[in-house]
Amino acid sequence: MAEIVPLSAAVQSAIHDGDTVAMEGFTHLIPHAAGHEVIRQRRRDLTLVRMTPDVIYDQLIGAGCARKLVFSWGGNPGVGSLHRFRDAIENSWPVPLEVEEHSHAGMANRYVAGASGLPFAVLRGYRGTGLAALSAGIAEITCPFTGERLTAVAALRPDVTVIHAQQADQAGNVQLWGITGVQKEAVLAASRSIVTVEEIVPALRPRPGAVVLPAWTVSYVALVPGGAHPSYALGYSSRDNDFYLAWDAISRDRDAFRGWLDEHVYGPAGRAAASEVPA
Amino acid sequence: MTSADGGYSSDEIMTVTAARVLRDGMTCFVGIGLPSEAANLARATHAAGLVMIYESGTIGAKPGWLPLSIGDGVLAETADAVVSVPEIFNYWLQPGRIDVGFLSAAQIDKFGNINTTVVGPDYARPAVRLPGSGGAPEIAASCRQVIVIVRQSTRAFVDRVDFVTSVGFGDGPGCRERLGLTGAGPQQIITDLGVLEPDPRTMEFVLTGLYPGVSVADAKARTDWDLQVSPGLAGIPGPAAAELSALRALKAAAPAEETFPASEGARR
Repeated sequence: MAEIVPLSAAVQSAIHDGDTVAMEGFTHLIPHAAGHEVIRQRRRDLTLVRMTPDVIYDQLIGAGCARKLVFSWGGNPGVGSLHRFRDAIENSWPVPLEVEEHSHAGMANRYVAGASGLPFAVLRGYRGTGLAALSAGIAEITCPFTGERLTAVAALRPDVTVIHAQQADQAGNVQLWGITGVQKEAVLAASRSIVTVEEIVPALRPRPGAVVLPAWTVSYVALVPGGAHPSYALGYSSRDNDFYLAWDAISRDRDAFRGWLDEHVYGPAGRAAASEVPA
Repeated sequence: MTSADGGYSSDEIMTVTAARVLRDGMTCFVGIGLPSEAANLARATHAAGLVMIYESGTIGAKPGWLPLSIGDGVLAETADAVVSVPEIFNYWLQPGRIDVGFLSAAQIDKFGNINTTVVGPDYARPAVRLPGSGGAPEIAASCRQVIVIVRQSTRAFVDRVDFVTSVGFGDGPGCRERLGLTGAGPQQIITDLGVLEPDPRTMEFVLTGLYPGVSVADAKARTDWDLQVSPGLAGIPGPAAAELSALRALKAAAPAEETFPASEGARR
């Protein structure tokens, strides 16, 4: 059953050194504030899982939190390279980064298998690509009914999944809407979960097309208004495209990146956001 | 981005040429960047009924400006339907429902195979680490046809890609069939010089069209394989005034100011 706690307490309880952690949100509802709290608490040796390790994982990787990255697309959307991600892979800075890469369809199906309690999922994918040979989690399989050759992908079962949502109620039921990506599957596939929310309402009002995660599927809910910035929360905020553009220069240089972390993550403003307590 | 003679840039004629491929009523799986620009231009001009699908799960998106990412809010707010990411790949892309996959590339080879993963021969120690595959491998496999839009250079147009992220025609004739790939594969590569199409006999991409003022020698000089020229090589007309003004208006359009109605003001 979901406990409503400050973000700092949720991260303290749910995420440990060496854990496999998935932070999901497909451009929309990316849990940036939670990522910053993981950096502040100096977690190490994490296996970070995410379809699109964009700016949020660039920050975690550059801060030295990750040992391994499981992903399908690592770029700054619409802008270009992720420089901390590239520096880690190309130059082992600040620590070496092992990578396991997939296609989006593969990653999505791996979460589906995890959420379904199955060991693998099946898709038409990867055939003829160089990706199939790189991961032990991708294998050819023959359909028992038609003989078609298909691809099996191993289930993803994160220790912890972290997402951002628009709303929770006081019982810890969570509702998110708009582009909901793979968050439902990622939460249901994980042993533990943290959901940061824009607001806590007395009762959830059902919305068309929304994903509802009942309180008993969530470990921790933390109130963090604006916790998706520079990503956005439909109905609450706009995507800060200027930040994504600015990130290119900040992240290109190691010292500029460290300066940014000191000011925006380790500094007092970052800490304040993580300790907000709903009255 | 060199300036051509007709008062338009090489990027502009490339985008306009790519947009012309899309027909009204088609369904198109759109990659971000150049493909998104071209698809939005088609929708703004001759293909108002183009169904634009982004991998974020937005089906039938109708943005009034160019989104920076595949998940900008305007795509969700203007879509006919917004579905989850597993659903967009499993229910919509995989069964072959989508007419055109519109992709870009860091490297592409003579068989239309695409690399967006690593540059250099050693995957473990890449000279350049690229973003990776995203949705492209399955878009390239399962859309009825694929159009690739990419600026032409010897760095990008290579004999064999360093890494096959998305399969074109593999190692040549019969390869897609052997792999069980259901779509027809890449049918055009649209560049800033002209258009390449596969020779149906060899499945090798050959030069079939050139923009005004561009020579065969220009195209060969910017291709790392021994580029063959189609006997039917055609001149591609430059952008019409209406196409150019629509493209420029699209690129100049600023996102609308948003309001945030969802908050119930009940944080405490």
